[in-house]
Amino acid sequence: MSGRNSQKDIFFKVMGYIKRYWIYLGVSILMAALTVALTLYLPILTGDAIDLIIDKGLVDFPGIMVILEKMAAAIGVTAAAQWLMNVCNNKMTYGIVRDIRNEAFRKIEKLPLKYIDSHPYGEVVSRVIADVDQFADGLLMGFTQLFTGVVTILGTLAIMLTVNIGITAVVVCITPVSFLVANFIAKKTFHMFHRQSETRAEQTAFIDEMIGGQRVVQAFGYEENAMERFDEINGRLQECSLKAIFFSSITNPATRFVNSLVYTGVGITGAFFAIRGGISVGMLSCLLTYANQYTKPFNEISGVITELQNALACAGRIFELMEEEPQVPDAENALELRDVRGNVSLEKVSFSYVPDKKLIQGFNLCVEPGQRVAIVGPTGCGKTTVINLLMRFYDVDQGCIRVEGTDIRDVTRESLRTAYGMVLQETWLKTGTIRENIVMGRPDATEEEIVAAAKAAHAHSFIKRLPEGYDTMIAEDGGNLSQGQKQLLCITRVMLCQPDMLILDEATSSIDTRTELKIQNAFAKLMEGRTSFIVAHRLSTIQEADIILVMKDGNIMEQGNHESLLEKGGFYAQLYQSQFAV
Amino acid sequence: MGKLMVYLKGYKKETVLAPLFKMLEASFELLIPLVMVQIIDRGIAGADRGFIFRMGLLMITLGMIGLVCSITAQYFAAKAAVGFSAQLKHSLFAHIQSLSFSEMDVIGTSTLITRMTSDVNQVQSGVNLILRLFLRSPFIVVGAMVMAFTIDTKAAAVFTVTIPLLCVVVFGIMLISMPLYKKVQAGLDKILKITRENLTGARVVRAFHKEEAEIHGFEEGNRDLTKMQMFVGRISALMNPVTYIIINGAVIVLIHTGAWQVDQGYITQGEVVALVNYMSQILVELIKLANLIITVTKAFACANRIQDIFETEPGVRPAPAGQSAKKAGKREKGEAEEDKEVAVSFEQVGLTYKNAGAESLTDISFRAYKGQTIGIIGGTGSGKSSIVHLIPRFYDATRGTVKVDGVDVKEYPLEELRAKIGMVMQKAVLFKGTVRDNLLWGKEDATEEEMWKALEISQAKEFVETKEGGLEAEVAQGGKNLSGGQKQRLTIARALIRKPEILILDDSASALDFATDARLRKAIREMEEKITVFIVSQRASSIQYADSIIVMDDGEVAGIGTHEELLENCGVYKEIYDSQFKKEGRAG
Repeated sequence: MSGRNSQKDIFFKVMGYIKRYWIYLGVSILMAALTVALTLYLPILTGDAIDLIIDKGLVDFPGIMVILEKMAAAIGVTAAAQWLMNVCNNKMTYGIVRDIRNEAFRKIEKLPLKYIDSHPYGEVVSRVIADVDQFADGLLMGFTQLFTGVVTILGTLAIMLTVNIGITAVVVCITPVSFLVANFIAKKTFHMFHRQSETRAEQTAFIDEMIGGQRVVQAFGYEENAMERFDEINGRLQECSLKAIFFSSITNPATRFVNSLVYTGVGITGAFFAIRGGISVGMLSCLLTYANQYTKPFNEISGVITELQNALACAGRIFELMEEEPQVPDAENALELRDVRGNVSLEKVSFSYVPDKKLIQGFNLCVEPGQRVAIVGPTGCGKTTVINLLMRFYDVDQGCIRVEGTDIRDVTRESLRTAYGMVLQETWLKTGTIRENIVMGRPDATEEEIVAAAKAAHAHSFIKRLPEGYDTMIAEDGGNLSQGQKQLLCITRVMLCQPDMLILDEATSSIDTRTELKIQNAFAKLMEGRTSFIVAHRLSTIQEADIILVMKDGNIMEQGNHESLLEKGGFYAQLYQSQFAV
Repeated sequence: MGKLMVYLKGYKKETVLAPLFKMLEASFELLIPLVMVQIIDRGIAGADRGFIFRMGLLMITLGMIGLVCSITAQYFAAKAAVGFSAQLKHSLFAHIQSLSFSEMDVIGTSTLITRMTSDVNQVQSGVNLILRLFLRSPFIVVGAMVMAFTIDTKAAAVFTVTIPLLCVVVFGIMLISMPLYKKVQAGLDKILKITRENLTGARVVRAFHKEEAEIHGFEEGNRDLTKMQMFVGRISALMNPVTYIIINGAVIVLIHTGAWQVDQGYITQGEVVALVNYMSQILVELIKLANLIITVTKAFACANRIQDIFETEPGVRPAPAGQSAKKAGKREKGEAEEDKEVAVSFEQVGLTYKNAGAESLTDISFRAYKGQTIGIIGGTGSGKSSIVHLIPRFYDATRGTVKVDGVDVKEYPLEELRAKIGMVMQKAVLFKGTVRDNLLWGKEDATEEEMWKALEISQAKEFVETKEGGLEAEVAQGGKNLSGGQKQRLTIARALIRKPEILILDDSASALDFATDARLRKAIREMEEKITVFIVSQRASSIQYADSIIVMDDGEVAGIGTHEELLENCGVYKEIYDSQFKKEGRAG
């Protein structure tokens, strides 16, 4: 499992990604330094020029022209350096984002199902998308800002010191005040923001529930109650939002005020020095510009630091995902599973999702080629667990599962999984056309084969009626198809593959019984001579099975065929009788 | 956006005062360079320390007045913006609640939630920023130019060129890059979708061994996104250098003309300094304005989306005011005595869903008598659910009439109609809170006894009892901490607790095993109250003992009758039944 990364660890890992772009980083830093240096040089030139404009008839035009030319050159170089820096930063930032995302996605494909099942999808998605964005914005932009900010402050200080120590002292003494003020406000408003986001989250959750369950709200005439509760939360939110927004928005005027204090301080002390002849008017104007330039990065730095910390936190979350232990890779000498006839055996299999909650223990099962295994039991008894194990979505804790006598851990996952054709209860279609979804298992299928499979699965007639037939785009989550149609597509997908074995998880539960009858006929044909595992509610399916596994609370309670189980008079018999109970 | 502005109505004072105070602050800011001129030209030139000191005090005073004005403005702006969004949310929530199922189907839940949350927030910050900055920034830009002109017309001429040029560059780059940013967003959405898909479909992707293909697809999308980002980045990267050249180029020109003007004796050295200061003020404000415009455009887009929701009219309109169902009922009194016993009747009912081409229900006619159990069976999409949705008026029939207790459902006030009905939907929806909270939805003043009774009938008593806390056991949002069967049983209890006249079970026992399903039906039948029950199901076993079974096929009634009658003369029913009970004779 991934350990918590310390900020230092994260920083070094980030450096690892930046390393690939070291040229861009180098150029960017160089250009940043150049930009800062020239930006600081410009006010000096301006000051020099102003000193040559003294009074009526006292203007040194040739001297001014020389300075103006220097200014023009400095401006040109600064602009070029700025542009180059921006371009380098872009290349670096977007490149790193791309690298991290690619790597993260690769990781997702290798994560064990256990991780995927136990983490909300939204959370993983937000790590790959939002966190990476935040990280890039915060860390890389924050870094440049911090770098130029610090260089600007140091450079300004150095130049101001060479111009006049007294004035510099004034600036150095007053500036931190703005820093303190901003910090003070941020600290004071932190809990207000916290309360605001809490209340906002509460409101969002409420909206989510009420709108999501609007049908129920309306059916039970709960509208007025909902409105009342909404208004109550809304009122609280309004109150704490006002506080949070108002108090935080004091920051800008407050720091602006401190800046104007600095400006005034420089103006007055500068003027006193000028009277004594210590500095020229041009120098004073130059210092005034510096006073402004110096305070700006100061105001920004506190923001940049929080942003950097935030970015590191985001990076930490991304690394956490990327360092998650991947599924056990295929054994080095893993075999290709070939010539599958359909012999599956489970030997003393024990398995549980969480160590302290035992599920399947010492389970034995031997399935001969062509046999049908029905898995039955009440709702939520863990019927899908068997599928998880057969497909090796999860590995057994003890014992082993053999296909054709070979432990499935000794064959490649690919060859094991292609041996099965699987239709799950939750229909899943990817974004793309109908055709793309059908050929998922066999991208090289011909048009005839596709249509034949669709016909066999009774999907052809509805596909034909779609606006663009087989090339109709499926909307997100298959929104433009009914549940039954989605199911038919999933069946077509398997039908096309003609797999050696079948796994059907309540596959036909949302298709009406008449269509299902037709599908079952098609399945019967498909199942002929093929080993199949069926999780089903329907008695007809169960009755025809060679082996019935009766499950309860995750355990396999009974095993046998319909007649023998009825005779036994156990849990299955009870379950079966209940259907005809009045 | 304009139409949403009515929600600012309660904050008229704040809406006017906020920008006013902002402008006041800006005016004081504009005065600072002029004071500096005085310091240089009179203070330094005349070596008048007292004057310099007084001017310094004046500058601090100006700054302080500015601070007070600004804070006042921030307060008014925040108050108006927050109040605005609270009002807006209230109205929006009320409006969404009034939408019927048809509109919900078309718009979609997730869209509505986004409108209520992030869109409203965007509009709120948009309003806040507009109040604070929309007047201030242009005021400073124009003000700086005006001040420059009061110093010297000739030297200030460069301002008239610089400002439009800056505007063209800043807004030009923005205009070009903004649509491109939309494309970037679309690219981001695409890889987000792929990521999500690969999580939800992890099993299928792996079963078909599509990992490499998916990685390939993701990297392709990612590459396109990066390319787009870099392209937009290169354009935006021009902003800083180009504005830098323009402003400082203007400073060069300013110094040059300034030098001439000073040489001629038109202006002083200090005034040249002031002109340079005004020039740099302009850039800062223009950049602020550009950022502001981005936020405001976003806010406008969000506001328009919200407006669209407001303009969606609720499809199911309540009965005309003042018309109570009882009054309407009287008119029907002349009808046959026998009709009194009819709980629900459909007369030649047709239903066409919004945006659908064909009718989903055609010519449905039947009568359900009080105390009867009516089974409705048929294939997917045959219109089973549509029928029962018409009874509580979730949708309005597009043809014919639906009557409850002999009165057209359209004549009832909605609450009165829905109070008669206990509805259990296909999808079990529970709310965050305790089991008790959820049961109270059915009946606000239900007693403990009533609750347990309802739980007992719905076969939920056993599992609620074993839950820690019993009735006080926590239910997570959407009932995530309960199994499908448990959720269904709780929703059934919720409907039963209100002792409805009509109970509708819309395929709501699908997650229950056969035994529980059978016990549930038995318990409902044995209830003391004489209630009319509609059971919609795909399982023949669930409805076979109903008093009357309606067999649906492709939106039309294929047969009505008892189990035995239908087996005799309804092909569709026989087919369904046989498919599920093929071997009953032999095995049972």
